[in-house]
Amino acid sequence: MTEKLVIVGNGMAAGRLLEHLTETDPGRYDVTLFGAEPRVNYNRIMLSPVLAGEKRFEDILIHDEAWYRTNKVSLVSGRRIVGIDRAAKTVASEDGAVVSYDRLVLATGSDPVMIPLPGHDLPEVISFRDLDDVERMTAAAAKGGKAVVIGGGLLGLEAAAGLKGRGMDVTVLHLAPTLMERQLDPSAGYLLQKELESRGIRVITRANTKAIQGGRHVESVLLEDDTELDADLVVMAVGIRPNAALARSADLEVNRGVVVDDHMQTSDPDILAVGECVEHRGTCYGLVAPLYEMAKVAAARLCDDAEAAFVGAVTSTKLKVTGIDLFSAGDFAEGEDREEIVLRDASRSIYKRLVIEDDRIVGAVLYGDTSDGAWFFDLLKEKADVADLRETLIFGRAYSGGAPLDPMEAVAALPDSAEICGCNGVCKGDIVSAITGKNLSSLEDVRTHTKASNSCGSCTGLVEQLLSVSLGDAYDPAAVKPMCGCTELGHGEVRRLIVAKELKSIPAVMQELEWTTANGCAKCRPALNYYLIATWPGEYVDDQQSRFINERVHANIQRDGTYSVVPRMWGGVTNAQELRAIADVVDKFEIPTVKCTGGQRIDMLGVRKEDLPAVWSDLNAAGLVSGHAYGKALRTVKTCVGTDWCRFGTQDSTGLGIRIEKFMWGSWTPAKVKMAVSGCPRNCAEATCKDVGVVCVESGYEIQIGGAAGLDIKGTELLGKVDTEDDAFEVIVAVVQLYREQGWYLERIYKWMARVGLETVQAQVIEDLENRRALFDRFVFSQRYSQADPWEERIRGRDAHEFAPLADLTLKEAAE
Amino acid sequence: MNDRWHKIGHLHDIPPLGARCVLTPFGRIAVFRTADDALYALEDRCPHKDGPLSQGIVHDTSVTCPLHNAVIALASGEMSGPEGGRTRTFDVRVDPASQAVELSLEPRSAEFVRPDRPLAAAE
Ligand SMILES: Cc1cc2nc3c(=O)[nH]c(=O)nc-3n(C[C@H](O)[C@H](O)[C@H](O)COP(=O)(O)OP(=O)(O)OC[C@H]3O[C@@H](n4cnc5c(N)ncnc54)[C@H](O)[C@@H]3O)c2cc1C
Ligand code: SF4
Ligand code: SF4
Ligand code: FES
Repeated sequence: MTEKLVIVGNGMAAGRLLEHLTETDPGRYDVTLFGAEPRVNYNRIMLSPVLAGEKRFEDILIHDEAWYRTNKVSLVSGRRIVGIDRAAKTVASEDGAVVSYDRLVLATGSDPVMIPLPGHDLPEVISFRDLDDVERMTAAAAKGGKAVVIGGGLLGLEAAAGLKGRGMDVTVLHLAPTLMERQLDPSAGYLLQKELESRGIRVITRANTKAIQGGRHVESVLLEDDTELDADLVVMAVGIRPNAALARSADLEVNRGVVVDDHMQTSDPDILAVGECVEHRGTCYGLVAPLYEMAKVAAARLCDDAEAAFVGAVTSTKLKVTGIDLFSAGDFAEGEDREEIVLRDASRSIYKRLVIEDDRIVGAVLYGDTSDGAWFFDLLKEKADVADLRETLIFGRAYSGGAPLDPMEAVAALPDSAEICGCNGVCKGDIVSAITGKNLSSLEDVRTHTKASNSCGSCTGLVEQLLSVSLGDAYDPAAVKPMCGCTELGHGEVRRLIVAKELKSIPAVMQELEWTTANGCAKCRPALNYYLIATWPGEYVDDQQSRFINERVHANIQRDGTYSVVPRMWGGVTNAQELRAIADVVDKFEIPTVKCTGGQRIDMLGVRKEDLPAVWSDLNAAGLVSGHAYGKALRTVKTCVGTDWCRFGTQDSTGLGIRIEKFMWGSWTPAKVKMAVSGCPRNCAEATCKDVGVVCVESGYEIQIGGAAGLDIKGTELLGKVDTEDDAFEVIVAVVQLYREQGWYLERIYKWMARVGLETVQAQVIEDLENRRALFDRFVFSQRYSQADPWEERIRGRDAHEFAPLADLTLKEAAE
Repeated sequence: MNDRWHKIGHLHDIPPLGARCVLTPFGRIAVFRTADDALYALEDRCPHKDGPLSQGIVHDTSVTCPLHNAVIALASGEMSGPEGGRTRTFDVRVDPASQAVELSLEPRSAEFVRPDRPLAAAE
């Protein structure tokens, strides 16, 4: 019979352990995973960017529901384990369930330390550990007001920066004389403090908190010296304590953390422990790199590998606050036998310090320029003799050979053992052999296969350089391909920064993101215009001069400079009155060609630009509105006749198509969106090669997504099946909104899907109902500003200058 | 002097980073306005396949043709890139007092030149 493995705690260590286990020996155990948090596994260290609004929770998921299904792990989330009966080999959960195990893994992480100050139990006193904390902080920040963060370490500062970014007035209280004193020396601590202050965060060092005051709600924070600071929110980030209570109650050996040997085994041979809850050779860890190492060893142990051992680790730290570059590793206390090398560049706020003992680096602090962090850290871990490099060591790797190396050569010159990704402990050799051995060609590939750059992301640049070193010209850095020649940033980065930095106009984006041209180019301006419209509906004012001519004049430019005009025909349905109006317009303006489009519409081709307003006016009078055949927008919803007429029809496909089109027309999207609804699987509306298609069946609606029938041909994939028309409608709106929020300009839905993965889309619009609803609501909100018939606006005179020549000199010249 | 300059409108008639057209015996001339209010006049015809440049997106001192994205320098009328190609340019000026825009119909660069090979950037 398959052995039973029970894991307590679904955090970063447990997640990693499961990955190793399912890779090495998938069927080996029947795994049950208990997590106290009511959710799947996510990347805890990225909570800071989530708090800062730079990422959303969906972006930091590690394992979604589908992953657990595929890997046959029974996840019991939202359930805490309260006892272990080692004799009976069972664990008991808080709701009374008892589950037996053959092997047990404890991965309970740690708890934030809450100093028992008077008032620490008021509702607005929050720790910074899990998603609930982030949500509470975000909710508090939405009300504005003042936040006091107790603790100026990594977590406290990331919390402070996040809250500041969300508009709160933030003060950091720190007991020591300088910030992050355990990772930084006083100089770097000072530079950091100055930088935070320049961002409007108040920092008080040597601050000893005496009490948090307030009746039912936090009102202020009182210091020993009787300074009183007003506060609406208090974040306590003063440290963590290994969560060893469960182990202790089961009489396992526990000091500060659960004691384990080099094989991650506790004092009970059937019980292993990993992560922040353990104590190994007297050390408890609080960063992921060593925990991942432990997870690997524990997984090997569970697969009967007696060799694998964890022997301890040196750790390095980075602060994840956008715009602050800071790195530290090792030990940098001063000492008799220690020397130091310091480099300061005040004008650029750069500070670097290396601490050397016996010709070996024992500590490194880098502020302002951290590009050599990985290299120093390597030398440190390998205890490399740096006597020969001494002279130029501080200038970094680029100078170490005497002459400066360009970054590419520098990466090429790294030894295979050089660690590239600190979080996941991936070295150069692993990455290069994965690239060559598995034919990887993109950053995403490397992330999936090696985990490098998959956690905090700060080694992304190095990984890309390795890709280009290994593949040469064959490497197409799609993931970081700059938007255009005006910037180094890719589409994803620009979208993210528009949100994170709340950039609300094209000049603001260009200024803040350091565009290299004065007003962009024909590639980036339309993209930025779209991103701003999609991100700030109602606030951002559409910039006509950043739109392609088609979208500026709501018609398609033709090869001879004339235009084609396509009125909307909801769901492809028309009637005699509309057709008559079209016929009249064709006659009146002598329109040379009338043709049916692929999306069931009527196209009038060859309209002179000057005539456009008059053509629209006549069409408008007959009730016809713009068909957006010209735009990066919802184009058409093609339908079949469904239950109205067809003997095979299962649902009202025409009705649903019309309903979707009437609801969604006018919204701008990253690229054109074509839809179709077929009334039965005979699929007369060709729904399975559209961006979004619906195939009705007896029992409901199959929603299809990601088809293409242009330069590329691709059938759709099934997004999901729902029972009612209302559900189908909501899913479709939600998925389009998700695409509007994530897609890159000119990236069709099928490409977006290939980039983000069908599963993540499904998780957000099929499985997570609340999220589906939220997406739907955001779409509705943005429609308030989009659903105006552009033709009608133009007829009323808007942008009239677009259509008439400024002057006519032909007659004048002839007269002269 | 007066023969040479024709008043065609006001500066505010032309949108910044935009263009307006003037009909002339030499065909349509596009008058462009940049972000810092400099004006340029070019024949409204792309050297590539006659695209109406006035309908393109203006950036810095260039315009991108709406048909296949050729980039044309407003000052010289030249297509950027190795293909060569040039459209005719004309003199245009703003009367500093009245802000009236005046156009000269004497082409500055005499000929219209087709690019000598297919456009690499065409999309
Ligand atoms: C905001 C923030 C930023 C960070 N930034 C970095 C960084 O930049 N770099 C870095 O290296 N590290 C960082 N860390 C630290 C890193 O996240 C932790 O080291 C890591 O998450 C610890 O992993 P773990 O699996 O041991 O514990 P956790 O990830 O905390 O997981 C433990 C899980 O067990 C659950 N649990 C506990 N007891 C029980 C029980 N009895 N029954 C069921 N479930 C239980 C908990 O609810 C929790 O979900 C950061 C941490 C935070 C909070
Ligand atoms: S798809 Fe089915 S319902 Fe629709 S017209 Fe074709 S056969 Fe009829
Ligand atoms: S297929 Fe489309 S793009 Fe190509 S010539 Fe025909 S209409 Fe133009
Ligand atoms: S006509 Fe201008 S680029 Fe082709």
